[in-house]
Amino acid sequence: MARYLLHRLGLAWVVWVGITWVTFFVMRLAPGGLTAGATELSARVSAHEQRKKFMALYDLDKPWYVQYGRWLKRFSRLDFGRSFKDDRPVLEKIAERLPNTLLLNVLSLGLVLGLGVPLGVWAAVQKDSFLDRAVSIFVFVGFSTPSFWLALLGMTLFGVRWGWLPLSGLHALNAEELSFWGARLDTARHLVLPVFISAFTGLAGLSRFVRNGLLEVIRQDYIRTARAKGLSEFSVIGRHALRNTLIPVVTILGLSLPELIGGGFIFETLFAFPGMGRLGFEAIMARDFPVVMGVGTLAALLTLAGNFLADLAYALVDPRIRLAGKP
Amino acid sequence: MTGDTYVEASLGDPSRLNPLLASDSASGVVNGFLFNGLVKYDGNLLLVGDLAKSWEVRNKGLEILFHLRPDVRWHDGVPFTAEDVVFTYERLRDPRVLTPYGSDFALVQSVETLGPHEVRVRYKEPFAPALESWGMGMIPRHIFQGADFNTHPANRAPIGTGPYKLVQFKTDEKVVLVANPDYFEGRPKIDRVVIRVIPDSSVQFLELRNQSIDFMGLDPDQYKAYDSFFEHHNKFRYPSFSYTFLGFNLKRALFQDVRVRRALAMALDKREIIDGVLLGMGRSATGPFPPSSWAFDPSVPEVPFDPERSKALLAEAGWRDTDGDGVLDKKGQPFSFTVITNQGNKLREQTAVILQAHLARIGVRVEVRVLEWSSFIHDFVDKSAFDAIILGWNLGRDPDQYLIWHSSQQGEGRYNFVGYQRAQADALWEQGRRTFDLSQRQAIYRRLHRLLADDLPYVFLYYPESLPTVHKRFQNVKVGPAGLGWNFREWFVPKKYQRYRLAA
Repeated sequence: MARYLLHRLGLAWVVWVGITWVTFFVMRLAPGGLTAGATELSARVSAHEQRKKFMALYDLDKPWYVQYGRWLKRFSRLDFGRSFKDDRPVLEKIAERLPNTLLLNVLSLGLVLGLGVPLGVWAAVQKDSFLDRAVSIFVFVGFSTPSFWLALLGMTLFGVRWGWLPLSGLHALNAEELSFWGARLDTARHLVLPVFISAFTGLAGLSRFVRNGLLEVIRQDYIRTARAKGLSEFSVIGRHALRNTLIPVVTILGLSLPELIGGGFIFETLFAFPGMGRLGFEAIMARDFPVVMGVGTLAALLTLAGNFLADLAYALVDPRIRLAGKP
Repeated sequence: MTGDTYVEASLGDPSRLNPLLASDSASGVVNGFLFNGLVKYDGNLLLVGDLAKSWEVRNKGLEILFHLRPDVRWHDGVPFTAEDVVFTYERLRDPRVLTPYGSDFALVQSVETLGPHEVRVRYKEPFAPALESWGMGMIPRHIFQGADFNTHPANRAPIGTGPYKLVQFKTDEKVVLVANPDYFEGRPKIDRVVIRVIPDSSVQFLELRNQSIDFMGLDPDQYKAYDSFFEHHNKFRYPSFSYTFLGFNLKRALFQDVRVRRALAMALDKREIIDGVLLGMGRSATGPFPPSSWAFDPSVPEVPFDPERSKALLAEAGWRDTDGDGVLDKKGQPFSFTVITNQGNKLREQTAVILQAHLARIGVRVEVRVLEWSSFIHDFVDKSAFDAIILGWNLGRDPDQYLIWHSSQQGEGRYNFVGYQRAQADALWEQGRRTFDLSQRQAIYRRLHRLLADDLPYVFLYYPESLPTVHKRFQNVKVGPAGLGWNFREWFVPKKYQRYRLAA
């Protein structure tokens, strides 16, 4: 078991350095270059001059190996550098966004799990019933609806027509003046639409996954045995079948860890949500290399950590892996 | 009548709250509330004093003497003096400072203080746009001196002289400003200004309908939306200081014959472009000056829409459809080229597509390539690596466009990327920036207007309109030739309509 984990850990480290290297290169190979945020040409502004000074100041005119070497050196001291856009430390920019994105995605994942698993079980138990069909339709609709469209629809209905919820952002304009609980309530109200809409598509996938997994498991011999023992149907499904169905769900959870911090660009743009997706995307568009490298490195780290945790959890829940190699 | 908050939506997040370093429009909006130049444009586009109470242009324009207001204080209470002006100028010329605004000050020979409130600027040669260039926001010496300018913390916690002070800057969420009670022209009437970052224009529009924002710039689609969207807002429209053009790369053999350029211009039905793309809210362009500029010559004729004459002109230049494939050819080469434009500007993309259809009718094959901004600028515009280009220019109020048209302004990253070269035009641009007398200058630019309309290095397509909208509760909102917002300090909201209260 320990050897298995060590082996995994060693491999992850190599992969991670490889990813930073690839990120660095892809960014350098991309056409274009720094933009100072301006997206129009003005007759009196010489952006090119500014860019040239910039390149020199930040070593961007040096060969790639010098740049990558310097980046690695700084990085080994955990210094991610400063954003070209506003000169703030990259870590500070990430630290500012990460909690927002985590909050949104943890809530949404909780919702997906809390609703998706029961929904899947329900559909499996009542296979081919009207309910199963209804869930299937819901799932396909959910899976194929673009979330940006759903978001605009939700905003129009709940925000504009009925006026129940705020449209975008994370805080009201007067958030600083609210009481402690008032501010919490305000944030919660801002989160309702994004959380539900981002959960919607995930919900579709997961419930389908659980349904099919459970149907597979129900056909196994040990389920027949459990039934033959005279266990209640609740006990058969809930204790014997479901536990085995959830093993692959663990993998999905592990792989969704990077999604938890990644955030969606389109989604965050629509909701004017200050999260990681917008940070990363806007940095790429402006060729803000330090931020891109910072976000990329962190995302790689979390993906690998997610895989590692999934492996670990897998080993814990599945004796076939835990005991592999033992006589 | 004071009170209330004005909430403006911005698509982008401001980068640096320093007028010397920022070139993005979001920072520009915020800096406008925080900083002042020595001079400014009033509602009628006349230069008036701002931090300077008066000035004298002497020695045939080689010298400007500014008399500064003695009663101005920075937001931290330190008096504003001539030393700050000198410091600002030195930073503009400092090669280590990441400013894109240096070119306006390249002809300055010296800037000296003649007293605490007196500044003398000397020029190497007369430079008519000089006065306008001193509208550049002034920055405080006592804050920046001795520290690294580009990375100074004050670039996020600015100290200015402006009518508003910064209270809060939350990246990608909002910037909050509060009225400066000691502002030298008097405290503004609106207590608080909030600039909210809402990166999607359709969401801004929904927020507008919900009255969560008081101001946004509309696109033509939105301007023509249902009335119910504008229950609480007034719409405005006026010509903007910009134009959109189709530029030809004059270094390419294809476009060197002026008959060919004229033929292409005649094949374009500009009315259809303006109706289709701008929904009629724009004006057909005849040259490089907007109609609201004094340099604009109303007598310069439009290029007529005439596909038949267009075909005749092309035939005269040797372009005929000899193989009957519907595309003109000459010496076995088909008449085909690529038009590039930037992604993210729907109006330009649509213009490209309409133009493609128009040119197909006269037998010219056009490919449209839409490119992401960074790569568009670096790899295509800066290097003149294109056949033809659809783009727009945002113009200053001064008509000088030396940097765009003078033959010396070719080469990587310069603005004469179409490669326009004509001695007569060069001489006029030079003369224009040396001449101070307004009527003489006007005559020069009107000649240039006509010259460019004949030469057609660009097909000048249209002057778009600005389409802002403001919440109805704001009073005293005046639109002048300068547009909207120039008298923002005098806007107010009657007590009973105020929507926001400032916590004590």
